[in-house]
Amino acid sequence: MAVEPIADSGPADSGPWRLALRRLRRNRVALGFLGLFVAIVVFVLAAPLWADHVAHTGPNATHTLEKVTVDGEKREVVNPEGKPIGPQWFGADGKFFLGADSRLGRDEMVRLMYGGRTSLIVGVVSALITTILATILGLLAGYYRGWIDPVISRSMDVLWAFPVFLLSIALGIALAVGGLEVLGVHISGGSLWIPILIIGVVMVPYMARPLRGEVLALREKDFVEAAVAQGAGSARIMFGEILPNLWSTVIVFFTLNVANNMLLEAGLSYLGVGVQPPNSSWGTMIATGNNLITSDPLLTIIPGTMILLTVLALNVFGDGLRDALDPKSKVRFEAHAGVAATGAAGTAGLEELGR
Amino acid sequence: MGRFVARRLLGTILVLFAVSVLTFLIFNVVPNSDPAQRMAGKNATPQLIESINEEWGFNDSLPQQYVTMMKKIFSGEMISYEGREPVDDRIVEGIPATFSLCIGAAVIWMFFGILFGYLSAVKAGGWLDTTLTVVAVAGISMPVFWLAAILLNYLAYKTGIFPSQGYVELTENPLEWAYHLVLPWITLAVLYLGFYSRVLRSTMLDVMNEDYVRTARAKGLSERRVMGKHVMRNSLIPIITLFGLDFGALLGGAILIEAIFNLNGIGQYAEESLANFDLPPIMAITLFGAFFVVLFNSLVDIAYAYLDPRIRLGTSAQ
Repeated sequence: MAVEPIADSGPADSGPWRLALRRLRRNRVALGFLGLFVAIVVFVLAAPLWADHVAHTGPNATHTLEKVTVDGEKREVVNPEGKPIGPQWFGADGKFFLGADSRLGRDEMVRLMYGGRTSLIVGVVSALITTILATILGLLAGYYRGWIDPVISRSMDVLWAFPVFLLSIALGIALAVGGLEVLGVHISGGSLWIPILIIGVVMVPYMARPLRGEVLALREKDFVEAAVAQGAGSARIMFGEILPNLWSTVIVFFTLNVANNMLLEAGLSYLGVGVQPPNSSWGTMIATGNNLITSDPLLTIIPGTMILLTVLALNVFGDGLRDALDPKSKVRFEAHAGVAATGAAGTAGLEELGR
Repeated sequence: MGRFVARRLLGTILVLFAVSVLTFLIFNVVPNSDPAQRMAGKNATPQLIESINEEWGFNDSLPQQYVTMMKKIFSGEMISYEGREPVDDRIVEGIPATFSLCIGAAVIWMFFGILFGYLSAVKAGGWLDTTLTVVAVAGISMPVFWLAAILLNYLAYKTGIFPSQGYVELTENPLEWAYHLVLPWITLAVLYLGFYSRVLRSTMLDVMNEDYVRTARAKGLSERRVMGKHVMRNSLIPIITLFGLDFGALLGGAILIEAIFNLNGIGQYAEESLANFDLPPIMAITLFGAFFVVLFNSLVDIAYAYLDPRIRLGTSAQ
């Protein structure tokens, strides 16, 4: 991902966004991976089409005792030893394209498409929550001196002290049983909102801290002083003057955060404290597949490969986006996969490395 | 220095207190269900729930409940209601396996992370750089427990090159100890390796453009000396910072890797407890994990202040 020098990036009349777009367009690798991500989104959006018109079954429908016609010959979906049928490709007119998932005999391809929806929804919505909370907290903490900054910053430090993955599973197990009551709304333990909220909240400090640092620097700039001189109130300065200068950082953070959150979700779901049945995600599919890894390794390999491709696409595109929006950026928000993938906390992942 | 240490320790104690309060809140206040029922796990009987209510004082005021919980965790008397065994003892038993896993993985990822990052930066733009970048980004983009499961299948179950399961005590047989840990080490190291080599590469590229590097070259120092003495020394600072933070957190539980390789450490204990909806072990592991991270980070900070006077005098930029 080559960083283009600003000097040759076009005439002075082009705005910063157009400039960034031009730089991005020149980054073939980043665009290629954006294409891959779009392809994956289309793939999971097509889930109902495939389910209704090709596989003729739903993601949670079981076919344990049924038979399927492959090349004119009837075969059991799950054999008497409990081994599910392998990939049939188009041998059964698209039924069991990737085989069945377990002794329950569910169609792996249909589950892969619907599970991908869940994984993407959890990743994107939790990243939205993190981004909104972190931006507001970062603005407040960076703008107000007095008591607000210490209160926010120290609270973030406490969250920061917990290994991310440990904090997530603690919340996951505590909430999976009884659910949660937020602002008078009851969320049951099996709801998709539980993993979304958990991931959304635990990642906040990792984004709020670097944002606060940027706000600290921005509020000393002349344009803020000019706004003060014009009699602008705090809210207008924060949201009208400082926030527009944060957008490029926020957008990059968001992209990389989606990638990171998908890995976190996979790890939580693998341990049974993320997405709960009957919902499935790529993470829960790896968990199911892993029980049969010696006989049907594809059941493990395929959902993991989907996660790898999606996260890879977002990471590379996010990197390219950062290079395009702010070539001299020193703020790093590397999607610290470790957070989710190893159960390690990766406290440092989203660290400012500015010297 | 003495004043810095005292101030840092006071801060640490406050954070430890806040961490313990948050742990209490997570388990006993935030969830919307009867705490005794949650604690009792899957085979809750009315008698068990009644006795848990009694023991944990769930009818008392919240501060009182907090004190009761801390007393139970730190006295070593807390038992899990699923396995009926003292939680703290199980955690202590798991320490050797977890530490063996984490320290070994850390050695691997530091060595190869620095090596790959260095090669990538020195050959920036070349095919070696491209290859290493692809490997690194793939490493940070995959669910590492998934890689572990696949390697276990093909390198242990199918071919028998590596032993499939378990942990052998170092004192029992050092060779077997290492042999059993090779795959877990590699998989745990993969992700950090990718991350560290990326960070080192970008820091080195920045440092290589500094004036003092040009000066070093201009005065005719050998390339090896320029790289070793001037570039590497300064580029390693962020790596060491990251390492201090990551390593503390790592010991908080390489839960997934331990679970896949059956290593019988703290992480696997956590995984088993999760599967059984057994809360007390998770409480203790969460609290001890966070305590370890806080204490470890304080030590790293103090070590830093010792090495770098700017920090202890408070003159460094915020």
